[in-house]
Amino acid sequence: MSLLNIRNLTVRFATSTGAFTAVDGIDVRVDKGEVLAVVGESGSGKSVAMLAVMGLLPDTATVTADEMTFDGQNMLAMSPRQRRRIIGREITMIFQEPIASLNPSFTVGYQIEEVLRFNAGLGRKAARARAIELFDAVGIPEPEQRLKSYPHQMSGGQSQRVMIAMAIATNPRLLIADEPTTALDVTIQKQILDLLMKLQEDSGMALILITHDMGVVAETADRVMVQYKGHKMEESDVLTLFENPQSPYTRALLSALPENATGDRLPTVSDFFKAADAQIAAEGGAA
Amino acid sequence: MIRFILSKLLYLVPTFIGITIVAFGFIRLLPGDPVLLMAGERGVSPERYAVIAEQLGFDKPVWQQYLTYLGNLLQGDLGNSLVTKRPVMDEFMALFPATVELAVVAIILATLIGVPVGVLAAIKRGSWFDQISMTGALVGFSMPIFWWGLLLIIFFSGYLGWTPVSGRISLMYYFPDVTGFMLIDSLLSGEKGAFTSAVSHLILPSVVLATIPLAVIARQTRSAMLEVMGEDYVRTARAKGLKPSRVIGIHALRNAMIPVITTIGLQVGVLMAGAILTETIFSWPGIGKWMIDSISRRDYPVVQSGLLLIALIVMVVNLLVDLTYGLINPRIRHK
Repeated sequence: MSLLNIRNLTVRFATSTGAFTAVDGIDVRVDKGEVLAVVGESGSGKSVAMLAVMGLLPDTATVTADEMTFDGQNMLAMSPRQRRRIIGREITMIFQEPIASLNPSFTVGYQIEEVLRFNAGLGRKAARARAIELFDAVGIPEPEQRLKSYPHQMSGGQSQRVMIAMAIATNPRLLIADEPTTALDVTIQKQILDLLMKLQEDSGMALILITHDMGVVAETADRVMVQYKGHKMEESDVLTLFENPQSPYTRALLSALPENATGDRLPTVSDFFKAADAQIAAEGGAA
Repeated sequence: MIRFILSKLLYLVPTFIGITIVAFGFIRLLPGDPVLLMAGERGVSPERYAVIAEQLGFDKPVWQQYLTYLGNLLQGDLGNSLVTKRPVMDEFMALFPATVELAVVAIILATLIGVPVGVLAAIKRGSWFDQISMTGALVGFSMPIFWWGLLLIIFFSGYLGWTPVSGRISLMYYFPDVTGFMLIDSLLSGEKGAFTSAVSHLILPSVVLATIPLAVIARQTRSAMLEVMGEDYVRTARAKGLKPSRVIGIHALRNAMIPVITTIGLQVGVLMAGAILTETIFSWPGIGKWMIDSISRRDYPVVQSGLLLIALIVMVVNLLVDLTYGLINPRIRHK
């Protein structure tokens, strides 16, 4: 049985010009301990789909799905209270902008201890001790001192480590990482990815990695899901995807990698838009 | 922190000098002569006029009068009232608690109602509560204090008879001034019913005085909350699976309060201006009414020094707000 199973997920936003469909009938499946990469350009709906799972979309969004289960529990039938027992405990999420994702008015210690106290049920002292352990585990030097820091006193990389520490504090079974390295320097990107992969291997949690970096996908994922304009274009294991991409959009993403350049000019994804749009139209017609 | 306070205090010096010029100059721009007003209907002979003007220093050029005033100020002498002959400082200190009591109650009322209303309006954006409360806030903000006060007196005091029309306490009660604050003194006196009487006298004036700050605070809280609710860290708090009350009450509100506290501080100036009108409507024996009376008597020392003291209070409160701002906003504190 898969850990997370979603069928026909659709997310629509009410806008002043009418309804806008950000995610259009996609299926998502993640098995226990698996690393699933979700790739696609900005606006392809990859983050929105995951925010929908977390229940973090604004009121203007309408989320529908034929099925949404986590470990066999029907998330669609849950009350907000029941959902909160899963969100933040069993499923956690980290975001693209680590500094903005931490509350500027509270110390990072307060913010991680809050998770430990409210979600893991620890007392103040136990929460402090566990927070130090967690900071140590994610590679924050002098954890005891750093707990007293405010987010603006930390670098982007350190803030993302704090976010990761908060996300693994409850030993979740699924961690959703929404472009966790996009806002960071290249050297730090590598460190954060290595950290995520190490934690994933050690704990056996499943990981959904949202990214638009095919290099990251190749290094980390077991399986890949390619999204474009809210549609799932292709899904396969990572080797198959790189060796034998089926969708024109996947081919576009791969051919836009500098290392795959053949001619004088590096192709861009937009060169393949017509073919990709034709695939969406054909699938729509078939449905 | 000490450097922060010192730098703020340095700003007070030019502000202080500016206020002395304005306070000194404006009352002299008004038509009317204090000596003639003192003489009343009987009038005064030119010789006698010259003697009085010389005694009061009005015979000297204006710039010389200003420098004398400034010199006295620096020695802590605010001058004596032309009418009562008592030192301005003594009069001010006697009346000041009444104004402070009114202003404090008004700002507490405005904050206690304004902040929750603003938060609720933001959470329920577009709902009937949001629409009604924000329309109410706009009406409250636009309401002329004088008219609003009279309206409340007519309805609650005249028609319903629930509240007294004017004064600080019923004449039935008499007790010594201990703190100058009627609510505290009436409690200390132990006289039965005195506290209730003081409260009932305070209700209407404080409601009138609180109206504009309440409207401003509610609107500011709403817009600050709306902004903060869209921030990434609020999304993080929700992603932690925290209860909505904790997400809103701790994570969002703490950040939204930063601009709101500044607004509350700025309202102190509005309260002082409002106190002048409110105290006049309700015959509240505070510095507002004292200033109005002194302006009509052209009591120059009272007006110029009273204005200066009020401005000083506003400046000190603004300084305190700056310090509080640093307390709740760590980014400022650690600069």
